Amino acid sequence: MTSIQGRGMTDREAVAARPGATTLIPPDPRSSPPAGRMRRLAHALRQHKVIYLLLLPGMLYFLVFHYLPLGGVSIAFMDYSPFLGLSGSTWSGLDNFAKLFDDPEFVGTVRNTLIISFLQIAFAFPAPILLALLLNSLLSERTKRVVQAVVYLPHFLSWVIVIAVWQQVLGGAGALADLFQRLGLDGVNVMANAETFKILLTSQVIWKDVGWGTIIFFAAIASIPPQLYESAAVDGAGSLRRTWHITLPGILPVMVLLLILRLGNVLSVGFEQILLQQPSVGAEAAQVLDTFVYFRGVLGGDWGIGAAAGLLKGAIGTLMIVAANRIAHRAGSEGLF
Amino acid sequence: MTSSHQPVWVERPNRVVTTIKGILIGAILLVMIYPLAYVILNSFAGPEATTTAGLIPSEWSLSSYSTIFKGGIVQRSLIVSILITLVGTALSLVVTSTLAYALTKTRQVPGIRPALYLVLLTMIFSAGIIPNYLVVKAFGLLDSYWSLIVPVLASAFNVVVMRNFFMQLPRELFEAARIDGAGELSIFIKIVLPLSKAVLAVIGLFYAVSYWNSFFNALLYLNDSSKWPIQLVLNSYVLQGASMSSMNGAEMYNLPSSQSVQMAVLVTATVPILIVYPFLQKYFTKGVLTGAIKG
Repeated sequence: MTSIQGRGMTDREAVAARPGATTLIPPDPRSSPPAGRMRRLAHALRQHKVIYLLLLPGMLYFLVFHYLPLGGVSIAFMDYSPFLGLSGSTWSGLDNFAKLFDDPEFVGTVRNTLIISFLQIAFAFPAPILLALLLNSLLSERTKRVVQAVVYLPHFLSWVIVIAVWQQVLGGAGALADLFQRLGLDGVNVMANAETFKILLTSQVIWKDVGWGTIIFFAAIASIPPQLYESAAVDGAGSLRRTWHITLPGILPVMVLLLILRLGNVLSVGFEQILLQQPSVGAEAAQVLDTFVYFRGVLGGDWGIGAAAGLLKGAIGTLMIVAANRIAHRAGSEGLF
Repeated sequence: MTSSHQPVWVERPNRVVTTIKGILIGAILLVMIYPLAYVILNSFAGPEATTTAGLIPSEWSLSSYSTIFKGGIVQRSLIVSILITLVGTALSLVVTSTLAYALTKTRQVPGIRPALYLVLLTMIFSAGIIPNYLVVKAFGLLDSYWSLIVPVLASAFNVVVMRNFFMQLPRELFEAARIDGAGELSIFIKIVLPLSKAVLAVIGLFYAVSYWNSFFNALLYLNDSSKWPIQLVLNSYVLQGASMSSMNGAEMYNLPSSQSVQMAVLVTATVPILIVYPFLQKYFTKGVLTGAIKG
């Protein structure tokens, strides 16, 4: 059986090996003795023809747009030129990586990425937990639902929209600047200040996703048995102490799991968010790994160097997710996979 | 009294604590709502009105919207975005549901289990921007609308959510249909899909939102600005036009660069999300997705 499973997964074979004529006379599954792998494969294909056909478009998509690009990673080791293509370009070994590490911009890029990631873990990560605890402590179900409806919304807006809205409020010609002017203060443009840009990014992430982040914590809070609260209350614990001794320990496993997964994504900081705002604050403050790949590789034509930076980021990212998942398992959590 | 549905052991609310919570909630609502309300209301300001921090413009007018819908790049990009969203969502649902159904047959059909692992594995790696670009280019999809759909046709996460839903459907129904002589295809179309309207709706909405919001793929794959979807136009006209000192941007798109027109473009790009949002919220608060994460 296992050998068939190994073969059967290539769905192109499934179609190729299914001549139209044979389908007219479907053989009885029991009457055809499996004589060899090919026979058994052909048999499985005929018997489950419909399932393989349903599988085909989706699998083709994943193979072509998720697995095939892995081949393109090879240009990180090439002196790639789009005119020569993959086959015409020459191999250059680790040259691109050597150039990358000698590049002062790359060092700044890594530093920016790590600082932004750190700020987000320190501030954007706990924000939904605090909001979930606050909302959970409300007595009125109606208030809770209204607040939820409001705070979930920005998650569904694109980064372009979110940043444009912020621009209208906090930008040089925005509402805040108007307010400052009326108070007789100097004009402000929070959106174009390179020094505070990383704080701005973190605030935007909180504004957009704090509500969305509460959902998983609400689910965790809902799974805590209410008897625990009742007996704690009977023993004289106030609402703050109940939160500290019952709610927080109850959601701790989810918190640990999400934190570990977030650490696994330490090199991924909001790509579109930063790309959109780089023109207003400059590359020095706003170059992160993903934008470096885009500007250097795609726009700058340094394909090999861009791909090398992308490969480093992707490989470290995947390794960290796998490692983080293993740590989650060791910590007693179910982990992601 | 009002809190009659609360358990008896919950103490009467402390006045100080209630006030602090009230202030916090008020502040949160203000920070979330004010920016959106400010933009929506001021998009109705007349051309003469000066922008202030106030929510109510000094002069009401629809002139910003009539400027946008006179034709030109904003209107065209809206049509592009609507078509991409409709076609993309339909194709994504077809591919996701067929794949998800096939992947429920890990026990019965050889080869399905490895296929499932191949799909799951894509959740933890990405080849990166440049390799993806090369594949899209190799297929001749650059500057084609298909480049906004085909490379993001399905997400492994949505496939898993839908597969989990299909797995929970009562098996007896399938057995009964099979005894009645129904083939796999008619079981899928006549039994599985009609029973799965809720999950199809929520995943369809998520796909639709992501097609509508898609920005970077369009930036990467479409050089021809006449093909741009609304998010790209929003970026050049509202964001970059505002942050770059040169006003070339405004002339290029043949739009007056008044702030209320910028806001009107912004509102137009947001309205479709606001329309589907109540439906989205209804589903995801029911735990359709959180239940799937644990599965």
